[in-house]
Amino acid sequence: MRLTRTAVSAALLAVPAIAAAAENDDLRALREEVARMREGYEKRIDALEKRLAQAETQAGKAEAKAAEASVQAREAAAARPPATANSFNPEIALILNGTYTKQSQDPASYNETPNPRSYHIHGFVPSLGETAPPRKGFGLGESELTLSANVDPHWRAQLTAALAPEGGAEVEEAFIQSLGFDNGFTLKAGRFLSGVGYLNPRHAHTWDFADAPLAYKAFFANQLRSDGVQLKWVAPTDLFVELGGEAASGGAFPSTDKNRSGTTLGTLFARVGGDIGISQNWRAGLSALATDPRDRTWNDVDSTDTTVENRFSGKSRMSIADFVWKWAPAGNAKERSLTVQGEVFRRHETGSMTYDAAAASVGTQTGDYASNQSGGYAQTVYQFQPRWRVGYRYDRLDSGTTRLGLVDSGALTAADFPLLSAHRPTRHTVMMDYATSEFARFRVQFARDKSRFDFGQGRALPDNQLWLQYVVSLGAHGAHKY
Amino acid sequence: MRILIANLFALLSLPAAAGLKVFATVPEWAALAREIGGADVQVYAATHALQDPHRIEAKPSLIARARSADLAIATGAELEAGWLPVVLRESGNSRIQVGAPGHFEAARQVRMLEIPARVDRAEGDVHAAGNPHIQTDPRNILLVGEALAERMASLDPAGAAAYRSAWARFAADWRARIAAWEKAAAPLKGVPVVVQHKSFPYLFDWLGMKEAATLEPKPGIEASAAHLARVVAQTAAAKPRLVLRAAYDAPRASEGYGRQTGVPVVVLPFTVGGSEQAQDLAGLYDDTLAKLLQALK
Repeated sequence: MRLTRTAVSAALLAVPAIAAAAENDDLRALREEVARMREGYEKRIDALEKRLAQAETQAGKAEAKAAEASVQAREAAAARPPATANSFNPEIALILNGTYTKQSQDPASYNETPNPRSYHIHGFVPSLGETAPPRKGFGLGESELTLSANVDPHWRAQLTAALAPEGGAEVEEAFIQSLGFDNGFTLKAGRFLSGVGYLNPRHAHTWDFADAPLAYKAFFANQLRSDGVQLKWVAPTDLFVELGGEAASGGAFPSTDKNRSGTTLGTLFARVGGDIGISQNWRAGLSALATDPRDRTWNDVDSTDTTVENRFSGKSRMSIADFVWKWAPAGNAKERSLTVQGEVFRRHETGSMTYDAAAASVGTQTGDYASNQSGGYAQTVYQFQPRWRVGYRYDRLDSGTTRLGLVDSGALTAADFPLLSAHRPTRHTVMMDYATSEFARFRVQFARDKSRFDFGQGRALPDNQLWLQYVVSLGAHGAHKY
Repeated sequence: MRILIANLFALLSLPAAAGLKVFATVPEWAALAREIGGADVQVYAATHALQDPHRIEAKPSLIARARSADLAIATGAELEAGWLPVVLRESGNSRIQVGAPGHFEAARQVRMLEIPARVDRAEGDVHAAGNPHIQTDPRNILLVGEALAERMASLDPAGAAAYRSAWARFAADWRARIAAWEKAAAPLKGVPVVVQHKSFPYLFDWLGMKEAATLEPKPGIEASAAHLARVVAQTAAAKPRLVLRAAYDAPRASEGYGRQTGVPVVVLPFTVGGSEQAQDLAGLYDDTLAKLLQALK
């Protein structure tokens, strides 16, 4: 409308230019005429605009009346904003987290700086994940970007990218999941968090503590994710019964990417769960995992004080029992709630170990290797009023006694493998957190961690760890797993 | 082993029990499905009236029930955004996924109120599609029920005639009840009230009541003592007659307001099962009106 008016005015103003040769009086008369004409047009245009606006409001009123008067669902639906191409865009969710940490021991990883004071879980082959607490001071955790959407009526897909604070992105999860199967079957394919255990399939930002249980650090390098397929089946019973299994190509601990066969990691899991009255619910599960790692490599310091590279190849078999129980008065978790959960891990590994593979010290040697190791944690989190929670977690690992053929035969001594000497790491963790809303949580956590052991002095080295953390989520309202 | 597998397949291929299996996210839609389906349908309500519907978890029992359901009835408008997507995804049941005939959303059948002009989490727990608490207006029950009866009829052709006639009976009775409720509720017209959470805009829209203020500073965020004092001061001029909360709401804010102002606190059932009297849909509105009128005296 405004454009039209400008065009009309411009055309009218152009008229005097044509009459430039005429007498001054004529010119003035002409100009007055044009001004009158312009005024007239503008008035008419204004009037037209007003009428249009009136018509629009009337139409709006009529529509509103129609909507009010009508009890037809279809009309109500028509009043909604129309769907646009933009509606097909995936849901986007972004998780940001930051920490401030302080530790009494050096948080550097043992594998990079092998000494008794650097971070390690003594008695266990290092999982080489980022299991050490963040370096002292302010730190940025991994930022997590998740895109997900239904692909078509049969599939849903999700991508979770982790943006590391030092730069670079990692594909944490990228999978398709079936929506179109029946009889309780669900198929997942791609890269995903394995369904074993309780915490493993859940994203770290939904965990109740700032870091993983020691068992997850020692046995899974924080969390087990692999590239493969997963098939799950839910039984047609009122009691929740779920069976599942995965076949995957490993790569990450406890697997290695050098495995011989195509499928390098297999898992099986079974879960049952249900309600007890209206205030309580529970779930219990058993999982098994098998993989045959080849050339799993780590650093140790031998008796000549030389850093040597050791390797393991063989079979790794693991089982996990998990349990969770939740209580909320009348099932309303907004006010108060209590969660108790625990997991127990057992791992049996047999095969061969190569000492000093790079021949940096007294020369490469190979012998048998066998270990029976276990561990777990138990934790409880109590929400004592809306948005405030306190929690306690107890971690315990048992390295067992690792049998090394090279030591048994007398070729080398236990002092050549200080990292693998027997130890029972423990940790006590307390936390309190406050959520300003469902989307933002602020946490303070304190842990006394006895994972480290000084082989030379024959005693555990306790580490006091303080965490301050925030976790926020932006974008799509994520639905969380149980 | 072979016997085990054979048994497993026998189990899988068992014919579904006669009638529909309905998974309703909230008690009001479970009650509505029972009115329409009668004894022919098995209805499971995923939540009950004392649970905050915004704060439900995708617990194992819900996945087990969703797995065998023929029809999932949700409110929609993001009310179940925190748990239903996980339950659907984990259920291994294609019939009730979003977009399938077995997925029914009640909020799609009614005219939504309080559709936000700005969708921003700084505004609190806002729902882009509008306020999802549509069941507090009995006229919405008619709209939802009509569409639901048709949906149930199309999913279960054998029971279609029974569903339709049950619905026709219910709807006729319901219209008479609405007329009676409206007559009884005449004294409530224009009455200014304060609410703890924005749970009742549809009720107010129906009865012409006025929402003078909300105790929550933002939807889903509880009032602090300081905020409560501000609301008390701000609402002095409006002279609210009642302060309302739903059965599942924590009493703190509304009781505090009632204490400071002397305005009577009314706990409304909000949904079926929210009070001893609200044991079915008719009871829900009978009791809601009775409690409002009683407190107004």
